[in-house]
Order: sequence, then structure tokens, then C-alpha cells
Amino acid sequence: MPKFSLALLDKVQQIIRRYPEGKQKSALLPILHLAQQEFGGWLSPETMDYVASLLGLVPIEVYEVATFYTMFNMTPTGKFVFQICHTGPCCLVGSEKIISYIETKLGIKAGETTPDGLFTLKRVECLASCGTAPVMQLGKKYVEHLTEEKIDSLIEELRTHADFIRK
Amino acid sequence: MQILLENSSVAGIDQFDVYRQHGGYASVEKMLTMAPNDIVEAVKKSGLRGRGGAGFSTGMKWSFLDQKSGKPKYLVCNADEGEPGTFKDRYFMERLPHRLIEGLIVSSYALGVNTAYIYVRGELSWIITQLEDAIAEAKSHGFLGSKILGSEFSLEIYVHPGAGAYICGEESALLESLEGKRGYPRIKPPFPAIAGLYGCPTVVNNVETLAAVPWIVMHGGEAYAAIGIGKSTGTKLISACGNIRKPGVYEIALGLPVEEFIYSDSYCGGLLEGRTLKALIAGGSSVPILPAHLATTTAAGEPRLMTYESLFEGGFESGTMLGSGGFIVLDDKACIVRNTWNFARFYHHESCGQCSPCREGTGWLEKVLERIEHGHGRTEDIDLLVEIAKKIEGKTICAFGDAAAWPIASAIRHFRDEFIEHVSLAKDHV
Amino acid sequence: MKVTIDGIELDVPSGTTILEAARQIDTKSAPPAMCYYSTLKDSGGKCRTCLVKITQSSAQNTRPSMRLVPACRTLVEDGMVVQNNLSEEVLEARKGIVELLLINHPLDCPICDQAGECDLQNLAFEHGASGTDYKEERRRFPVQDIGPDIKLHMNRCILCFRCVYVADQLTPHRCHGVLNRGDASEIGTYIAKAVDSDFSGNMIDVCPVGALTDKTFRFKSRVWFARPMNAHRECTACCGKTVVWLKGDEVLRVTARKDDVGEVKDFICNGCRFQHKKLEDWVIEGPMHVDRHSVISQNHYEQLQGPQDA
Ligand SMILES: Cc1cc2nc3c(=O)[nH]c(=O)nc-3n(C[C@H](O)[C@H](O)[C@H](O)COP(=O)(O)O)c2cc1C
Ligand code: SF4
Ligand code: SF4
Ligand code: FES
Ligand code: FES
Repeated sequence: MPKFSLALLDKVQQIIRRYPEGKQKSALLPILHLAQQEFGGWLSPETMDYVASLLGLVPIEVYEVATFYTMFNMTPTGKFVFQICHTGPCCLVGSEKIISYIETKLGIKAGETTPDGLFTLKRVECLASCGTAPVMQLGKKYVEHLTEEKIDSLIEELRTHADFIRK
Repeated sequence: MQILLENSSVAGIDQFDVYRQHGGYASVEKMLTMAPNDIVEAVKKSGLRGRGGAGFSTGMKWSFLDQKSGKPKYLVCNADEGEPGTFKDRYFMERLPHRLIEGLIVSSYALGVNTAYIYVRGELSWIITQLEDAIAEAKSHGFLGSKILGSEFSLEIYVHPGAGAYICGEESALLESLEGKRGYPRIKPPFPAIAGLYGCPTVVNNVETLAAVPWIVMHGGEAYAAIGIGKSTGTKLISACGNIRKPGVYEIALGLPVEEFIYSDSYCGGLLEGRTLKALIAGGSSVPILPAHLATTTAAGEPRLMTYESLFEGGFESGTMLGSGGFIVLDDKACIVRNTWNFARFYHHESCGQCSPCREGTGWLEKVLERIEHGHGRTEDIDLLVEIAKKIEGKTICAFGDAAAWPIASAIRHFRDEFIEHVSLAKDHV
Repeated sequence: MKVTIDGIELDVPSGTTILEAARQIDTKSAPPAMCYYSTLKDSGGKCRTCLVKITQSSAQNTRPSMRLVPACRTLVEDGMVVQNNLSEEVLEARKGIVELLLINHPLDCPICDQAGECDLQNLAFEHGASGTDYKEERRRFPVQDIGPDIKLHMNRCILCFRCVYVADQLTPHRCHGVLNRGDASEIGTYIAKAVDSDFSGNMIDVCPVGALTDKTFRFKSRVWFARPMNAHRECTACCGKTVVWLKGDEVLRVTARKDDVGEVKDFICNGCRFQHKKLEDWVIEGPMHVDRHSVISQNHYEQLQGPQDA
């Protein structure tokens, strides 16, 4: 069973207190984010059961919610997840090209992870960054104005500093 | 005209001290000398309309809030910004987080609210941190928390992250999501003003809407109403993107001609060298697309203006909507069929799946468009798309169904030739 | 409150929905309801088959409503005028919705346990168009066991949410629900878990289609070959009033009793439903009333037209 550290349990309580008494289910999304970050970048059934127990929910309530939102990974991912926007406005300025470039470069298709477990490529919908397109979400940051050169150096950098984002 | 973005380029304006030096939080001091209802009245007079997309009068919405229920009341700020082509709220919050907090404080005071939430789309995690920091700063300076500036008014503001679902921008889905549930739009009535968050009276407003309130408090509703044309008062943030020279967020006084907005160097800066305007999606992916000639002039030959009314001139035949202000420009190299398929894919992916016309219909639309785009279309498919769109439009729980249907219906209305060309070049048929 | 539905005026108490009012006039001509269930709180509003047109909102507000409204979730106002079967717009909308409900439906009626008592079959027959232009691939999910007694054919599910409300409102711990989003939504337990609380079997009765079926339904008989008899037994867990479906002296299955709109008012326990499969377990009261219009008596399901594979 996964378990938060005492410091994080404190944070959980802090989050729960944002909502009125008896409405602790409201804390579900923020706590799932925390859990995903803490327990390996995805939500295993054990992780979700743990979150359910923290909030006094039945596990299915957590599964229902987790599977509704695309930011929650229901299966393990690579260390770095390239989430490239492929919605209309981004495509007008070359997002499809960038996606194929990454696919070729990493030798994977969107939705897949490189064999070394380092990179996962995902197509996502509009990130509210259409003016700085093409764009990807990478961990807690956006990388904007993507070009092939930028992708090259990004991959290079991530390979050398494999800890870059997780911190 | 800078009302919202005024000072946005000042270095450090996202910090309390700098913001305060530039007149920030003055409206909180002023509000304490006013009765809450005076602020509601000022907002009514201002003619301010919701900037989240629907354009509903903010003053009216506020006056519908049930003040007699005896239950707590909530103000929820919609910062879920997910409409393709729209990035103004993000831009604003990154630069002026304190202005949003200030807007929430004065609006909460006006509404008699003591707890407010900002629902931010989860992808924007740095903005969540920025807002939390700004809230902490405002609190430590007495502008938030219990007994604000020594008055009897108390307010807590919390930031709540979304987790990747466009539908949570719809206000009742947003409330469900804030309650920790799947983002299912509620069946209305009741409206949030009567039974919103936790079944209590609630106002949901967009970031930009709330950010306009401090200015209205400082300068009065009349001053705000003096900007703009007719019922389109004040300024609007327009996020411009697509095939233009200068994508970005621009604050305009409502009433600016569309042509000027596209071609002036103060705004989009025109199209790329050698390209021409083919189509415009003026208010985010959900509004009808217009061909070039209807983008800059109405069917009657009048110049098209950036107002709620002028953009809608001609109705669904030849008009569109201001929507969220997501201004997407397509040049002559852009393929309308491909873009329409892309949007259909988006709506299929984002449908919450709660009601049958949208759940089933969006998938059907995408599949047919995907075939057409990939050379497997048939002539009948074009009318079929129009028929499917009709089966969805107006029959669903929430406006998402219309948002999914309109872009397709309008693309076929104005660019049928392009669809015909696609199917006539089709490689094979299913 | 006075309300007029398709020209017929009636008086109903405030708080009545348009659907309930229409059912008071005549259950047969009332709008079809695939998701609403009067005994399940919060149900309704989702399938959209009950959409009707309000031509006058109330005595004070004589304007029509802007959109069609779901009869099951719209309250009657005094002086309201509603068009149901008299409105072309309503009939057309309903036809479209029926078609959309069927595009991904497997149309495996010939092998479905629900055939003959399926609300979707009836709906398609009474309100559907004669065909569809749907030529795409249909969605497919594997068949699952959810618990020892219930089988789930997700392909047939119309996501009415009734089974979820049953689990929420009749059982202590819900362990199945709706997973994923949009048209990938599915009923499930996420990780294999048995749905086995004492009233879970009622999910089968409220399911309007053959998505949830009784695994203990013996011999896979077509329902119209079985004789439904009202029966009862002493039961400490529920009312004990059921319908037992007989073939000769064999109890093929046990269900709860349904009223004239096909709804269960008294839910039964799993003991009565799954464990009492001997004739001597039951006091037989007499034949269940079978509506003459029902498919059970008419066998007209074979005429159902569905999407043709291209
Ligand atoms: C499908 C859909 C998506 C929406 N997305 C947003 C959004 O991202 N941000 C927003 O402010 N409003 C959005 N809205 C509009 C909200 O429902 C609501 O009208 C708005 O938040 C009210 O605030 P306002 O009156 O200040 O505009 C959306 C509506 C629909 C139907
Ligand atoms: S219209 Fe679409 S998004 Fe809105 S409730 Fe229905 S299924 Fe969900
Ligand atoms: S399984 Fe049956 S009862 Fe449950 S949602 Fe699907 S159709 Fe409705
Ligand atoms: S379309 Fe890609 S960020 Fe908006
Ligand atoms: S019965 Fe009314 S919407 Fe389903």
C-alpha cells in the first residue's frame, strides 16, 4: 500500500480544509494530483484505494473520477511525458509536423513509450497556448514555439539530466 | 484602450508590492465605503457581459443570486480556459494574478460571499502556484482573510485544480468537478444562482469578467459603459492565433473593426507574406466559421465590428459570435476539411458522454469527417454531416452539443465546394 | 396546477413533472423514458428520448421554451401547454435520438436475454426511423461478469445510469460505476470485484436493455416461452413479492414486479431472486398481467430495422 509522508499527510489535511466540513470529496482532484506525483507518475489501483481511504470514499468513486480526467495516467508512463497539443490552431502552425518529427526521432508512435522507459509521447487537446504554438506540456512546464531544433536539444538535455523535470 | 492589461508590462507586477504601488487593491479600500448593492448596481450600469463565452449580463446574473436561502453563498471563478483558440485568461493570470484576486474580493463583497474558489485548469500548474502565492501575499497585507482591512467583511479564496477535461469549463460541470466528481454538466434548472456549489447559491464568472470589476468600482459603471458600442460595452481580451504575423493577446475596446484587428500592426499584423485570408473563427472553436468576405464585412456590406451584435449580424446564415475571444485566422493554405475534422475529433474526445445525442453523435461526426479527409468520402457524406449535426443541436443537456455541431454545419455551409472536392478526389468508398 | 398536453388538459399538484402528468393521461402515449425511473432519485435527463416542446411556459409567461425539454426533469407550471406526439419537431428529434442510441448497439436481439422485454426494442419500434445511414464501425466491449450472478454486455448499454443509482440507493457500498469518458464510457468495477450486496440484483430489473442479465436465468429461454406468475414468499430482507417465470414446473428466473410503466416499485433481495429457484419456494398468486401491446405478447421484435453493415 502506498503511503504519503507525514509532511504530505499534513498537506492533505490542509487541502481538505479548503472545503466545507463533510465535503472532503472536493479534495479528490488535488489529492489525486499529489498522489500521481508522489507514487510513480500514474495512479495504480492501490494508489487510488489509498486516496479513497484518506477521504472516506468507496474506491469506485475514485476510479470513476480518475478515469474521467485525461491528466491522470491509468498506466505507467516514461520518465518524461511529451504531451503535444494537436488541436486545430496548433495544427495550423505545424503541430502535426512536430509530432511526426518526434515519432521518427524517438522511434515510437504517439501513445507509446521508448524501450528505455525515458520518453512517452502523447497527443493532447488545446493547452491554452495557441498563440505560442506548437506547444507541449512537459511535467509542470510548457515548452512553447516548438521547432525541430528545440526538440533535438530538449531530448539531448533530458537524456543527460534525467532528473531535470521530476524536481 | 487598456483597462485590464494596464500595467501588465511593469516588471514585478505579479508581486504584491509592485502591484500596490501601481494602484492595486484601491478598489478594496473603496468598496468598504460602499454598500454591497452599490457595486451590483455599478456593474449593472456598466453593461459588463460575461467574458467566458455566453456574453450574459453580469449585473443580471448577480442579481439572480438567491440572497434569502440562509445557506452560504459562493463565488466561483472559471479559469478552466479550454476552448481551442483561447488563451487570454492564462495570459492575464500569469501577468496580473493580483488583479484577479482584487476582482474576486470586490465581487464577493458585492454578492455577500465569504468563500470563493478559482477553478484553474490543471495543466497550468505554475499559475496555480502564482495564484496561491498572490493569495498568501494579499492575506498577509490584510486584504484577504477575516475582517478585511479591519472591516466586518471576511473572505477566503482557494485555488482548485482541474485535471484535463474541456467540459469542466461549462459552469455546472465545473461545480461538479469542484465537488470532486466527474465533470458532468447538471440538468438545468435549477441554475447555480439558486442551487450551485454544494446545493448553495453560487455565481460562476470568468477570469476576465471578474478582473473588470475593480475598474468599474473605481471609475463607475457609466465610465465603463462609455467604452464600446451599444450593448457591447467595455474592453475585451482577444487571443489571436493561427496564420497571422503577430499571435498574442490584445485588449481592444469593443467596436474595433475586424479588418483593422486582423491587418493593423497594433494587433495581428496581417497574414504572412504572400498569403491571403481564407476564413475566420472569431470566438473560439465553438462558433461558426466565416469565409473571408463575411469575416470583415456583413452580408449587407457593412464593416464587421468586434462586438457581440456585429459578429452575430446575419445570424447563423452569415454571422458568427464573439464567444470567448479566441480569434483563429486561417489563410489560403489552410484546409477547411482538415480543420473541421480536427475540431470534430476534439469534441468527440471531450464529450462527457452523459447524454446520448452528444455521446453518440460526436463520434459519428468524427468518423465521417475522418473518412472524407483521408480520401474515403462519398458525396452523400456531406449532407449526412449536416443531418447528424441537426440530430445533436438543441437536444443535449448542455451547450457542448451545439458547440460540437455548429463548426461543422457552418464549415459545410460556407465551404461546401471544398468538401465536394475532397469527396470527388476520394480514393475509394466504404 | 393546470397543464395541457397534446390538447388534453389536466390538474396536477405542483412538483409534478411533465412526464408524470403525461403518464396520468395515458401511459401509452406518454413520452418514452429510457433513463428516468421514478423510484430512483436523481435519475432522468440523460437519454433525451422524452424531449417535448413547451409551446406556452405558464399562464404568466406565454412564450414557448427556447429548446425542447426533457419531460422527466421538467416541472409543470400552471397554465403550461406541452406538445408531445402532436409536434413534428418532437417526433423528428426523438427519431434522431433513437437512431443515435442504436448506431453503436450490436442489434444482437436474436441472442439477447432481454429480447421481448427490451425498452430499446420497443422504443425503436414505436419511435424509430426505418433505417440509418450509419456506416462506420461499431464500438465493442468484451462481455464481463460482475459478480457471481450478473453478466454485463456493455455493447448493449445505453448509459442510463439506473444501475448506478440502484447501487447507490439500495446497497451499502457501491462497487460498480461509470468509467472513462464520452463514448468510451463504460459500466464496470475497474478492477475485478464482485457486485454482491443484497439488493444488487435489482440492477437487472431496472436495466432498460439486455446489458445486465441474470446469470442464473436457467435454460436461456425466450421470455415469451416462459409463463410469468405473480408469487410471494416470506422474506425478512424484502417484500418477498415477485414474478416467477415458469416453464412447466421449473422456475427459470425470479424478478421484481413492474407497474404499468414498467417500473419496479418494491425492490427485491438477491435471496429471493437468485436462490429460490424451486416451485415449492413460492406461493403462486396467478398469472402476471401482460400488456397486450407488449412485445412479450406480440413477438414483433423481428421487424426491427437496424444499421446494416456495409
Ligand atoms: C462546453 C463549454 C465550455 C465552456 N468553457 C468555458 C471556459 O473554459 N471558461 C469560461 O469562463 N467559460 C466557459 N464556458 C461558459 C461557462 O459555462 C459560463 O457561462 C461562464 O463561466 C460564466 O462566466 P461569465 O458570465 O463571466 O462569462 C463554457 C461553456 C460550455 C458550454
Ligand atoms: S451535451 Fe455532451 S458534454 Fe454536454 S452533457 Fe451531453 S454528453 Fe455531456
Ligand atoms: S447497464 Fe443497463 S442499467 Fe446500467 S447504465 Fe447500462 S443500460 Fe443502464
Ligand atoms: S490549440 Fe494547441 S494550445 Fe490551443
Ligand atoms: S427519460 Fe427523460 S431524458 Fe431519459
